[in-house]
Amino acid sequence: MSGLPILSLMLAVPAVAAIACVFAGDRNARLIALAATLIDFALGVMLWANFDIGGAQWQFQEMHRGIFGPFNYALGIDGIALVLIMLSVFLMPLCILASWQSVTKRVGLYMAMFLVMEVVMIGVFAAQDLLLFYIFFEAGLIPMYFIIGIWGGANRIYAAFKFFLYTLLGSVLMLIAMIAMIREAGTTDIPTLLVYNFPPEMQTWLWLAFFASLAVKMPMWPVHTWLPDAHVQAPTAGSMILAGVLLKMGSYGFIRFMMPMFPDASAQLMWIVFALSMIAVVYTSLVALVQSDMKKLIAYSSVAHMAIVTAGLFAFNQQGIEGAMIIMLSHGVVSAALFFCVGVIYDRLHTREINRYGGLAVNMPAYALFFMLFTMASIGLPGTSGFVGEFLSLAGIYEASSWVALVCTTGIILGAAYMLYLYRRIVFGELTKDDVKAMPDINPREWAIFVPLAAVALWMGVYPESFLAPIRGDVTTVVARLAPAKPAGDAHVTAGKPKAAHDTHGEAAAGEAHHAGGVQ
Amino acid sequence: MTADLALIWPELILTIGGLITLLLGTFGGDRRVGLYQLAALVTLAAAAAAVVAMFGTQASVFSNTLEVDAFGGFAKLLIYAASFICILIAPRFFKDAMRAEYPVLILFATLGMGIMASARDLMTLYVGLELNSLAAYVLASFMRSDDRSSEAGLKYFVLGALASGMLLYGISLLYGFSGTTQFAGIAQAMGGGMNNGLLFGLVFVIAGLAFKISAVPFHMWTPDVYEGAPTPVTTFFASAPKVAAMALMTRVVIEAMGPATAAWQQIMIFLALASIILGAVGAIGQKNIKRLLAYSSINNVGYMLVGLAAGTQQGVESVLTYLLIYVVTTIGSFLVVLQLRDTEGNPIESIPALAGFSQRRPGLAAAMAVFLFSLAGIPPLFGFWPKYLVFQAAVDANLLPLAIAGIVASVIGAFYYIAVIKTMYFDDKSEVEFGTGGVVVEDAVITASALWLSVVGYFFIPVLAVVSATAAAVLF
Repeated sequence: MSGLPILSLMLAVPAVAAIACVFAGDRNARLIALAATLIDFALGVMLWANFDIGGAQWQFQEMHRGIFGPFNYALGIDGIALVLIMLSVFLMPLCILASWQSVTKRVGLYMAMFLVMEVVMIGVFAAQDLLLFYIFFEAGLIPMYFIIGIWGGANRIYAAFKFFLYTLLGSVLMLIAMIAMIREAGTTDIPTLLVYNFPPEMQTWLWLAFFASLAVKMPMWPVHTWLPDAHVQAPTAGSMILAGVLLKMGSYGFIRFMMPMFPDASAQLMWIVFALSMIAVVYTSLVALVQSDMKKLIAYSSVAHMAIVTAGLFAFNQQGIEGAMIIMLSHGVVSAALFFCVGVIYDRLHTREINRYGGLAVNMPAYALFFMLFTMASIGLPGTSGFVGEFLSLAGIYEASSWVALVCTTGIILGAAYMLYLYRRIVFGELTKDDVKAMPDINPREWAIFVPLAAVALWMGVYPESFLAPIRGDVTTVVARLAPAKPAGDAHVTAGKPKAAHDTHGEAAAGEAHHAGGVQ
Repeated sequence: MTADLALIWPELILTIGGLITLLLGTFGGDRRVGLYQLAALVTLAAAAAAVVAMFGTQASVFSNTLEVDAFGGFAKLLIYAASFICILIAPRFFKDAMRAEYPVLILFATLGMGIMASARDLMTLYVGLELNSLAAYVLASFMRSDDRSSEAGLKYFVLGALASGMLLYGISLLYGFSGTTQFAGIAQAMGGGMNNGLLFGLVFVIAGLAFKISAVPFHMWTPDVYEGAPTPVTTFFASAPKVAAMALMTRVVIEAMGPATAAWQQIMIFLALASIILGAVGAIGQKNIKRLLAYSSINNVGYMLVGLAAGTQQGVESVLTYLLIYVVTTIGSFLVVLQLRDTEGNPIESIPALAGFSQRRPGLAAAMAVFLFSLAGIPPLFGFWPKYLVFQAAVDANLLPLAIAGIVASVIGAFYYIAVIKTMYFDDKSEVEFGTGGVVVEDAVITASALWLSVVGYFFIPVLAVVSATAAAVLF
């Protein structure tokens, strides 16, 4: 596999196709986009098949020095990047299919923007150079700005501006931090930076600058307000890709940069992450409960799920981080599927008002079944992808702090409440409204989108090992990197093997001190 | 003396070429304007060839009043290229109003700018600056019958005279307290210890030069002049003189005031931040695209000053790279403005009229979007790169607060750029019908610069780095 620059190829295919789409007619643009995303998916499968689990940390490395002067064109992936790239290339063809009929104006430009988006996503996860990463990370703003602004809903312009400026404001601070890092370490190479020990006092402000950017991207409470607006106004496929992959760029930044590069600052400032995550889980779940707009509801549920991801990551242990990764993947699939569920009925009735629907189980049984599956996966029912991730990350959080775990667990209960309430209002009840009665069940194209999503959600729930195996070694590396700085948790994980009395006592006291800091 | 003349070929070519064009114009009348244009273009190309041939030569000529070096060479090439394009695009705009004076004035202004970029003495500095300015005042009011153009020329002249006064006052103070007009001598005097006289001289000289680069608070003339002047002239003002004045400013503060870095650094920081913020805030709400681009140029000068404020060789390199990319972007965006015409050929400058422009002229709108995103510094467009370089220079010079303030203010700037893109792409088509078809030259320049500013430019970074490093190194 050393000969084929597979990652570059994955970037080049959609890039070339994007240019072709601009000049092609409507119908050809759709076909070109679908073909390009399917080729990328096939390349992704090749990537996964050839990935050596347990082999070198960085694989498929490509390095071209000098062509960009001070920074390099350096690509390469570890297991964490691999699964996120897989998520991106898996969702992209489905997004193209999802907009097959609903997008009718300026189709060429639309498809081009989605393909550019795919380049950006793969680039972000595959970049091994700090500046290259930043360029890809920021480049995502431009296609998303156009997608929301041109093909969005009634209030699309406000949403597009808010999305653009909010995320830009966060990112620029990260750029300054990166410049300072490059100056300090003298390199832009990410694998080198991952093992470089930045001075602790510098770590704190670097951490805060990265946090400003990534927290907006995630998004974390209280800087999440751009997300509901962007989601509500974006076209269906835009929401799918936004929730499915773009939010993961934020959490990827946490696990790739903030935690291993600034371990001391991460340990010191973990209380910020825990506090914001706890507020986010409870607050955004409650907000989701009272929404009357379907997309807004799912958008708020995304914020709540991502909050469990951040808490899981900052648990600093194997389960917590693995669980967070699985939630990222699971949420990527499930939230994209849920946004598509909304899109399906929006295409038929052109409203997102929950009250306008009801009784769909009668005339759209297949739709009701798929919607049920994804609702359950979002809640975290055992057997679906959501359960694995939430269980693992909550177990990890519990080991770090039982109070945080307690609060985060309420998110699951509230999650069940708002999702089931949504499902009941849309699918169950009497089928009274005439226009709702006239809605046909899902067509073959929609089947083709639902089936892969459902299959992956179940696969991840029944046999998560396929997804855990590639990331395990890399999570262990991160945990080992964090170990010296890791504060003692309040869990007594060694209960099965009693130790000397004073030892246990000391550990408990340290845990108490920590958790006092954690909940403030 | 003769040896000195052999080293100023570019200036000689411009002088002789300018005079020949002038004579041709005097005797030939305005009908054969194409001929004068051709003469001017050949002159500029020959001067540029002379600069390239001598690139890397370093010598002081005419008793150390002019310096022939790579720094001046870099600036001159940029200036000549910008002037070249500004002559090329003129006839289509002016139509019957095109007169022989236009190429001649541009040539003399270019000569003045070349002298600015090479000056090593306060006297040569002033001569170059005034040669450029006097030509520029006339150019601004080139359309005599147009009220806005005449107003622009008058405004530019009055405020320019004020700035020249400040500059001269500063020069007199520097001369009085150091006993010399040579940059090296002033640096020596400042190295021996600052006094109030030198300090005031420094402040006034910088203020006078800040007027030329339109840094806040000396920017007031810019929006009015840019709006009023004929578009090819505005293109010229926004590109070549910016390069010359910025190069001059750089040479003065590094070569003449190098020992007093601590004194001027604060001024630069203030000018930089004020320009970035006011350039960004002032542009919000502008309805005229030329006015908007005027504020954008103020904003961009602010970023260049961030690099200059660092006061290091790295900072100067970043300024030079910034200038190059800025000139390409500016020329590209003004050429797009030049193509905005209704079906009868009347220019359209109002931003609301651009609503839905992307559906009428997709190619032109896409190019404009590239220029605007690039001016905003959003990667992957190449406009990101110079911004990165200036902030890196600032961080490396321990000016972290400046870098943070500057980059946060860049988000304000992004707002108005994306607002124009919103008008072009998101809004429904306006009533305005746009005429189609530009000239091949304009289309080619727009296409080339848009392509270069998209990701293609990144492949030129190594070349740019070598050239700007060579040019910057001679000042240190």
